[in-house]
Amino acid sequence: MNTTWSRFNVTSIVLGFAFLYLPIVLLIVFSFNESKLVTVWGGFSTRWYVSLFHNQGLMDATWVTARVGVISATVATVLGTLAALTLTRYTRFRGRLLFSGMVFAPLVMPEVITGLSLLLLFVAIGLDRGFLTVTLAHITLTMCFVAVVVQSRLVSFDRSLEEAAMDLGATPVKTFFQITLPVIMPAIVSGWMLAFTLSLDDLVIASFTSGPGATTLPMKIYSQVRLGVTPEINAACTILIAVVAVGVIIASVANKRREVQRQLDERAAQRG
Amino acid sequence: MKSLGSIRRDFAPWNDPNAKPYIQFDNVTKKFGDFTAVNNLSLTIFEREFFALLGASGCGKSTLLRMLAGFEEPTAGRILLDGQDLRGIPPYRRPVNMMFQSYALFPHMTVENNIAFGLKQDGMPKPEIASRVAEMLKLVKLEQFAKRKPHQLSGGQRQRVALARSVAKRPKVLLLDEPLGALDKKLREETQFELMDLQQNLGLTFVVVTHDQEEAMTMADRIAIIDKGEVMQVATPAEVYEAPGSRFVAGFVGNVNMFEGKIARGEAGTASIDAGNGITIRTENAGNAAAGAAVTFAIRPEKIKVSSKKPAEAVNAIEGEVYDIAYLGDMTVFHVRLDDGQVVRASTMNAARITEDPLSWNDRAWVSFRPDAGVVLTR
Repeated sequence: MNTTWSRFNVTSIVLGFAFLYLPIVLLIVFSFNESKLVTVWGGFSTRWYVSLFHNQGLMDATWVTARVGVISATVATVLGTLAALTLTRYTRFRGRLLFSGMVFAPLVMPEVITGLSLLLLFVAIGLDRGFLTVTLAHITLTMCFVAVVVQSRLVSFDRSLEEAAMDLGATPVKTFFQITLPVIMPAIVSGWMLAFTLSLDDLVIASFTSGPGATTLPMKIYSQVRLGVTPEINAACTILIAVVAVGVIIASVANKRREVQRQLDERAAQRG
Repeated sequence: MKSLGSIRRDFAPWNDPNAKPYIQFDNVTKKFGDFTAVNNLSLTIFEREFFALLGASGCGKSTLLRMLAGFEEPTAGRILLDGQDLRGIPPYRRPVNMMFQSYALFPHMTVENNIAFGLKQDGMPKPEIASRVAEMLKLVKLEQFAKRKPHQLSGGQRQRVALARSVAKRPKVLLLDEPLGALDKKLREETQFELMDLQQNLGLTFVVVTHDQEEAMTMADRIAIIDKGEVMQVATPAEVYEAPGSRFVAGFVGNVNMFEGKIARGEAGTASIDAGNGITIRTENAGNAAAGAAVTFAIRPEKIKVSSKKPAEAVNAIEGEVYDIAYLGDMTVFHVRLDDGQVVRASTMNAARITEDPLSWNDRAWVSFRPDAGVVLTR
C-alpha cells in the first residue's frame, strides 16, 4: 500500500471535509455568538441557549417531534419487521412480487408525492390534520426502511435455530419470541433508530400532513428562518447535532467493543 | 457387570422374528416439486439400536431424518414410532430430539440455558431443571463452561453442548445429522467412541446420518446404505463390508476389485467364473447364481496376496506386472496390472519391518487369493 501523502491527496481530503463540515462548523460557532446579527462575530456567549429554553414555540415543537418520532418509529418497526418476516419466510404466495415492490416503493418515491397523496387521503376520509396525521404519515415513510434493515438480517438467519427450538418442544409462537426475536433484535433496534432519525428530520411530509398544534421542530425552524436566521436557531440546531452525534458515537463504540470482545472470546475458545 | 463389547455382541433384534420394530418407515415417498428425494422406502429400526443412514450427499438420508423429526411430511407412506403414526404431529410434540449438523446453538443463551431450553418448554420445575442441566454438563465434561456463550467455545465444545442439549429431555430417539462432520480427524475419532458409550449408558435409540463410511462402520449396530432415495442394503458393518448385496454397495463401502464374468460351472455355492482372457476364478461364495449367469466377482484388496513367484498351494493365481506401490507405513498398497490390462489393488500389512519378498516397480508378480475370499454379485 502506498502511504506517502501526495499533495493531491491532501488537497482532496481538505476540500472534501471542508465541503461537508464547514457549514456545520459555522453554525456551531455562530450559536455561541454574543451579537444578534448572525454573520457578525460579537464575542463568546451562551445567551442564545438560555433564551432557547424560554422560547415556548420551539420547546413545544421539540416535544411534538419527540413524540411523533417515538410513536411512529415504534409502530413502523413492528409493521416493517412483520413485512420483512413475510418477505423472507413465505417465498411463494400469490402477489409476493407485487407486495415486495410496494413495500419498498416509498424508498424511491419523491417525498413531495408521498406528502401530497397522504394529504389528499386525509382530506378525503375527513381526518383532521394534526398530531395523528403526521404520525401516520411518518409510519408510512419509515416502515419500508425498517423492512429493508430487518430483511437483510433475516436473510442470513440460520433457520435451523428455529427448528432446534421446535424440536426441543417450543411452539412456533414461543420459538418466535424466545429465539427469532432476540437473535434479530440488533437489526430491529437499528431499524427503529433509522426510523426515528428519518421522522426527526422530515420537513416535506410533515408540512403536508401536519395541522395546527402539531408543528414539528424542522417545520418550526424552517418557518422561523423565513423571518430571518436568529442565533437561537443556531443554538437549537447545535443541540440537535450534539444529540445525534453522541447517539452515533455511543452506538458505534458499543458495537466496536462487542466486536472486539467477540474476537477475543473466539480466539480464547480456539486455544481451548 | 457385562462389558460393552458383550452387550453389543448379543444385541441383534433384527435377527429375532418376534422383536417389535421401534421406528418403521412404511413405503415412504417424499417429493420436492418434481424431485423425488425419497422413493417408496421401507426401513425398520429397533429400540436401543445405533442405526446409521449412510450415503453420498443428496441421496435423501437427511430428508429421512427430517421427516422423523417432523420438519417434513412424507408425500406418501407413513412413519411409525413405537406403533404410533407420526403423520400430522408437529416437531414440538414428537418424542424425538435432533442434533443438528450446524449444532444450531442459541447464540444469545449461555451453555446452561441452551441445555435447559427444552426442559423449560416442558414446564419442568426449576430445581429439577438445575439438577438435570448439571448432570448433562457433567456427562459432556463441560461443567466449567456453564456460563459461557456459544461463541466463547471451541468447535469440539460446541458439539458437546449440542449433544447435551439434545439428550437432556431423554428423548425416545436421538437423531444426529452428521454429528462429527465439523470436527477435525483426531477429535472425530475420540468423539465416535464417546457417542457409543453415551448411547449405551443412556439406553437410547440413535439414528445417525453420515456420509463418512468409517464413522458409520465404527459406531453403528446396523447401516442402511441409501442411494437416490432408495435403500440399497441394511446390514451390520461386517456384513456390509464382507457380504455386500450389490455392486453399488461393494463399490461404495471401502475399496474393492471387481471382475466381470460368467459362471462356467457350479454346484452348491462353489463355482468357476470365466472372467475372460483365460482368467478363471474359483469361489466358494457363489450363492445361488446359475451356470451361464453374468456375474461380478468382488474381492477386497487386503484379501489379495502379491508375490514374485506363483504360490504352490494357491487355487486362484493371476500373473501381472507391478504398476504402482504406495507405502503407507502400516501397510503397502500394490497396483498390479494383469496381462489383460485390468489393474488389481492389493494391500499388505507390514507386519515385519523388512519383507523377505521385495517387489519393485515393473516386476512380474502374482496376485493370489483363497476361494472363500471374494463374493459373487448378481445385482
